[in-house]
Amino acid sequence: MNEHTLKQYDAELENIRARVLQMGGLVEQQIIQGMKGLGEGDLALLDHVIGEDTRVNAAEVALDEACSHIIARHQPAAVDLRMIMTVIKTITDLERIGDEAKKIAKMARKIHGGESGFTPRVELRHVAELAVAMLRQALDAFARLDVAAAADVVRQDKQVDAEFKGILRQIITFMMEDPRTISRGLEIVFIAKAIERIGDHAKNISEYVVYLVKGRDVRHIGLAGIEKEISTP
Amino acid sequence: MNAVTTPTHAMKMGDLTRKDVEHTDEVAMRVENLDLYYGESHALKRVNMTIPRNRVTAIIGPSGCGKSTLLRCFNRMNDLVDACRVEGKILLDGKNVYDPDVNVALLRRRVGMVFQKPNPFPKTIYENVAYGLRIIGVNDKKVLDETVEKSLRGAALWDEVKDRLSESGLSLSGGQQQRLVIARAVALEPEVLLLDEPASALDPISTAKLEELINELKDKYTIVIVTHNMQQAARISDFTAFMYLGELIEFGKTDTLFIKPGQKQTEDYITGRFG
Ligand SMILES: Nc1ncnc2c1ncn2[C@@H]1O[C@H](COP(=O)(O)OP(=O)(O)O)[C@@H](O)[C@H]1O
Ligand SMILES: [Mg+2]
Repeated sequence: MNEHTLKQYDAELENIRARVLQMGGLVEQQIIQGMKGLGEGDLALLDHVIGEDTRVNAAEVALDEACSHIIARHQPAAVDLRMIMTVIKTITDLERIGDEAKKIAKMARKIHGGESGFTPRVELRHVAELAVAMLRQALDAFARLDVAAAADVVRQDKQVDAEFKGILRQIITFMMEDPRTISRGLEIVFIAKAIERIGDHAKNISEYVVYLVKGRDVRHIGLAGIEKEISTP
Repeated sequence: MNAVTTPTHAMKMGDLTRKDVEHTDEVAMRVENLDLYYGESHALKRVNMTIPRNRVTAIIGPSGCGKSTLLRCFNRMNDLVDACRVEGKILLDGKNVYDPDVNVALLRRRVGMVFQKPNPFPKTIYENVAYGLRIIGVNDKKVLDETVEKSLRGAALWDEVKDRLSESGLSLSGGQQQRLVIARAVALEPEVLLLDEPASALDPISTAKLEELINELKDKYTIVIVTHNMQQAARISDFTAFMYLGELIEFGKTDTLFIKPGQKQTEDYITGRFG
């Protein structure tokens, strides 16, 4: 490869990386705004979150194309190949996170748009903040090729799962005590489930980062396996 | 360095399961502490590697790093170069091919070679393949006929030339000539086939045919191929050796080398960021 082609190749790779982070920022905002809209009953904000889905989808398609292009033109190998593989997988998870954020906004719209019913009082803010922090750290790990940060995200996923179970228990208690809360309760369960799924996607992205840096697929090997993997050079 | 394990005594036994063989590839040839000098110039430096049997091993590296030099050591083609001095060993069935009592002609029958430019003789297609057999004293028409057909079939050329065996080998296309030369090598039933950039003079379609052929040949032969085309190495080889300035920098499974190489130099080379 001559120097000119190589410079262009590096620029293309860098551009793809930057756009993944941008897409990550987009879905992060979607979650934050969705939760804000839920808390404040801001219907305009919720509509905005729902509309953002189109942009997220477009970003995924464009990045997919850019990856195909770079594979066809440059036949990436080694770390470049792993980077492209990681990007292709990461953007799928980011797109799903966008879908979950949209679900949150839609549910929130239903809750605030309908007549005020009997709503179980459940705190979702904390678990949402945890999921957002996971996503942010996963993207950070991707940007800095930081496997320790990635492993940390996998660890945090357990916490989000536990929070979700706690929320579920709480809501069920409300529903049993007062069946009039059931319909609203279910809507809140859907939101909590969406947040829990966001954590799962952030965890996936972190596992791709370990693959990117270490060249080893660490999906399905559990936290202990990942920690072992990152401790070997 | 650890991808190919030493054949253990267990491998000599006849009761290996298929799985065992796949995991511990048998060794066809082994290079031990090989140094090579062209006069003062140190062209190969302490090379150690194993060539797994019935596998395709590719040797890659920048021009002048010693790929052809190393390849030529396997059947002592370097003997033909004045001022070329070799230290170390190359083992074939545990026997050092550089031992003074080795019959070099016999060695070259067991370890055949195909060169970069197709080099058929100005003889008929038939005689090009039969040539090596005649040299070793085979003159029985029936044996020759059979071997010629078998070798041309083996080199995926039979269907294209069966009606014109008495035409000159030089009348064939470049890709066909290269397969003819492979048929000539295969006729002697070698154990190892050395190929030095065999596709470098071929168009993409002939190259694809040749690559397909190499993939078929590995059922019967051990193949070592030098190529300057990394994608080609990635496509056709099971193992890859990366050389630089006369040194073997890294040797391992092709998948590993192209996805997660162990050495920075390998990574720089295969990602095109060398130098
Ligand atoms: N017959 C020869 N006499 C002297 N030097 C040689 C000879 N053949 C190759 N060399 C030198 O040995 C080095 C390795 O060459 P070679 O094995 O042809 O490299 P490659 O096949 O990787 O391009 C080069 O520096 C080359 O100039
Ligand atoms: Mg050469």
